[in-house]
Amino acid sequence: MQFFFEVLIGGLLSGVMYSLVALGFVLIYKASGVFNFAQGSLVFFAALTFVGLMEHGLTFGAALAVTLLVMILLGLLIEKFVLRPLVNQPQISLFMATIGLSFLIEGLAQLLWGANVRGLDIGIQDEPIGWIADATGVNVSKFDLSAAGIAAVLVTLLALLFSRTRIGRALRAVADDHQAALAVGIPLQQIWGIVWAVAGFVALVAGLLWGARNGVQFALTFVALKALPVLILGGFDSVPGAIVGGLIIGATEKLAEVYFGPYVGGGIEGWFPYVLALAFLLVRPEGLFGEKIIRRI
Amino acid sequence: MTAVRAIGDPVLRLDGVSLAFGGVKALNDISLDVREHEIRAIIGPNGAGKSSLLNVINGVYHPQQGTITFRGKPRHNMDTHETAALGIARTFQNIALFRGMSVLDNIMTGRNLKMKASVLEQAIWFGRARREELANRAKVEEVIDFLEIQHIRKTPVGRLPYGLQKRVELARALAAEPSLLLLDEPMAGMNVEEKQDMCRFVLDVNEQFGTTVVLIEHDMGVVMDISDRVVVLDYGRKIGDGTPDEVRSSKAVIDAYLGVPH
Amino acid sequence: MLYREAGQFKSTYAADSAILPIRQDRIGLALILLVAFVVIPLTATPYLFSAILIPCLILALAALGLNLLTGYAGQLSLGTAAFMAVGAFMSYNFILRIPGIPLLLAFAGGGVMAAAVGIVFGLPSLRIRGFYLAVATLAAQFFILWCLTKVGWFTNYNPSGVITAQPMVILGYAFDTPPEKYLLVLSIVTLMALAAKNMVRGNIGRQWMAIRDMDVAAEVIGIRPMRAKLLAFAVSSFYCGVAGALFAYAYLGTVEPEAYNLDLSFRILFMIIIGGVGTVLGAFLGSAFIVVLPIALSTGVAFLDSTLHLNVPSSVGSNLELMVFGGLIIFFLIVEPHGLARIWQITKEKLRLWPFPY
Repeated sequence: MQFFFEVLIGGLLSGVMYSLVALGFVLIYKASGVFNFAQGSLVFFAALTFVGLMEHGLTFGAALAVTLLVMILLGLLIEKFVLRPLVNQPQISLFMATIGLSFLIEGLAQLLWGANVRGLDIGIQDEPIGWIADATGVNVSKFDLSAAGIAAVLVTLLALLFSRTRIGRALRAVADDHQAALAVGIPLQQIWGIVWAVAGFVALVAGLLWGARNGVQFALTFVALKALPVLILGGFDSVPGAIVGGLIIGATEKLAEVYFGPYVGGGIEGWFPYVLALAFLLVRPEGLFGEKIIRRI
Repeated sequence: MTAVRAIGDPVLRLDGVSLAFGGVKALNDISLDVREHEIRAIIGPNGAGKSSLLNVINGVYHPQQGTITFRGKPRHNMDTHETAALGIARTFQNIALFRGMSVLDNIMTGRNLKMKASVLEQAIWFGRARREELANRAKVEEVIDFLEIQHIRKTPVGRLPYGLQKRVELARALAAEPSLLLLDEPMAGMNVEEKQDMCRFVLDVNEQFGTTVVLIEHDMGVVMDISDRVVVLDYGRKIGDGTPDEVRSSKAVIDAYLGVPH
Repeated sequence: MLYREAGQFKSTYAADSAILPIRQDRIGLALILLVAFVVIPLTATPYLFSAILIPCLILALAALGLNLLTGYAGQLSLGTAAFMAVGAFMSYNFILRIPGIPLLLAFAGGGVMAAAVGIVFGLPSLRIRGFYLAVATLAAQFFILWCLTKVGWFTNYNPSGVITAQPMVILGYAFDTPPEKYLLVLSIVTLMALAAKNMVRGNIGRQWMAIRDMDVAAEVIGIRPMRAKLLAFAVSSFYCGVAGALFAYAYLGTVEPEAYNLDLSFRILFMIIIGGVGTVLGAFLGSAFIVVLPIALSTGVAFLDSTLHLNVPSSVGSNLELMVFGGLIIFFLIVEPHGLARIWQITKEKLRLWPFPY
């Protein structure tokens, strides 16, 4: 039973980190209807830039500040040169454009910083927390817990940004109907710029956490592939969906790998979340929190 | 030419049909019939449930209550494939053409149910597949001639002006050789000349092929001129039913259109 | 020779619905086939066969398969490579386990198995659409490759997972030199491209496009969305399966799961975007473009490197390739969403009217 809880908690904690990546997707989808496949590449780009700057002798704080600037700039550039020319194109075209974008960003990142695998130390050790282990016998990683904490704070902040601020209200209006939002005087392009900049920021945080955990390497881009089932489960346009979906995927994939994996040769983490999400979709096509759409003709 | 047109027994009957979306009642206890070979108009203010009624008839919406009897067989709701196979064709209020295809291909899709060749036969373009394609093409050309759209045969439908698109949509419906034709505002947004053309086509279809027509139209002049019987809807309820003259003089209908002092 | 159709009258519907109604186009195609079947086998170098022509044709076949599904039926798939893998592994197993099975039958069998798997993974398309579906097809990509790696039967319990493909023998004749392999691939691809063209100009092609353009209207005129969509998945996966088998037998010489990764799926998607979504010609143009581009890039980088003594690290080429691919996709989607095939079509229209502007 102890072992079960250990796996469950480990899964839930990594689930929070999935939520964090998924949140980057949801943010952009809500505001501009774009399913940004390049979010994983942004995570990779952020982590690589940060580590690259540290290698060039910048301090932690300076590297963080510069990377943040770079990410915001990158977000703005993407909005201006990729999204804006494609406005009013079918969603599928935009989606394919972001696949192209992900190739572009991955190539650029490695061209600038090289493709070596690097470690990233953000000062938190990956070790069991003593007092919890003493009290309950369950090992909870200090790193995982801190990462989950950071992710949780960020998620809360973004949720507040969406629901409580003027910008949030404008964002929701834009998400509902571009033209109507324009008609009531919401500066559309400014809003999209902000969203992409925020998505760049979220990618930075996710990149640091994931980079510190797994090393900064090309495989970071696959984190995005983990976030996709989370999105299917939670619905592309739902912040709570991204959080709950992330927790469910994180927990079930770890449990499945530990309890079911050995019987089929292991390595099922790669597809299990997809199959789970797919099975769920067949029952509820609009996702956990998505709105049911009545199609009219 | 007019020999075919003798109004017969009801082919379609709705009894107590109700349809709701969430809490909104789109149709409330509607009963009506459509007789063979007649032109039956549905009128009513915006949001009265006219399009919903057509959608119920051809199975796009499934009503919660009531029965629909088509050619003697009663059912709770229709199924879209089934209605097409039974000979019910339809045009839409907002043009529903296949925008990526040419006029010819759009109309050819109307004959998809007449083509039985398997995918394999179509892939080698031999025997039945080839014969069917050519025979159906000949039928489609008849429709094209009938509606006078020969010159735009190969044009992608997206490039056509609105009025012609409406005509192509009618052609696609006619290509199926329907016995019951549902037209959702076939003349909306047209100028006088285009309306006259469209009226002529509807009357010709009705006379030459004996097709039963149910149409929704806002232009009262058109409705009163070409329809045999008119049903009036308001807020999902039927408030009038009869010949154009009867409907015109009905108090309930006048109230619905002109408003009543409260 | 002028590109004019004046004076060519069609007196039958058969002539009007031919694949190439214009005489000059027919002559052009005949010339291309003549070059492909006669001139190239006599003149090309082994390198040209194995590095460019053979992969180009095979990937064009896969792109054609994807184009039937995505371009014609409107169902986006990111799992193309996985369906190719099914074709390759099942062909391998057919040849391995059924002694004396004809090679082409084994390839067709691989295609049929891929079609069956395609139908299973196409089932979600009945309830979900757009990129929900695209993500669902990723499930196929990961799950199928995992199965092929983990289930020993597929690899005949080969510990390394990389199997040498059996030699290609038809009626006692072994196809093992590059020109022979090329001719075999070319014949299969030509026939299947013809079949695809027939399908898309026929009833099933119109049903697919109708579903793509407006599914509700398609349903109302009697098209069954379920049947049309699943058929699209089946036919598309069949094409991909055969392409996958050819990829293993005529190009790689090995059968291994890693060759059919997500990257290959994306590359094939790029082929149809650049070549032209919803055209048969586009699959070929896109494939040629995507196969030749990296070779041209690395040659270019190597040339600059040696002439200017830049000492460029070897990874630069591959990263540049990623960037150019990505950039081109965005460029095409913005500037010419209908791809190279549309550019070709516009050129032809200009030619017809030349020397007048319109």
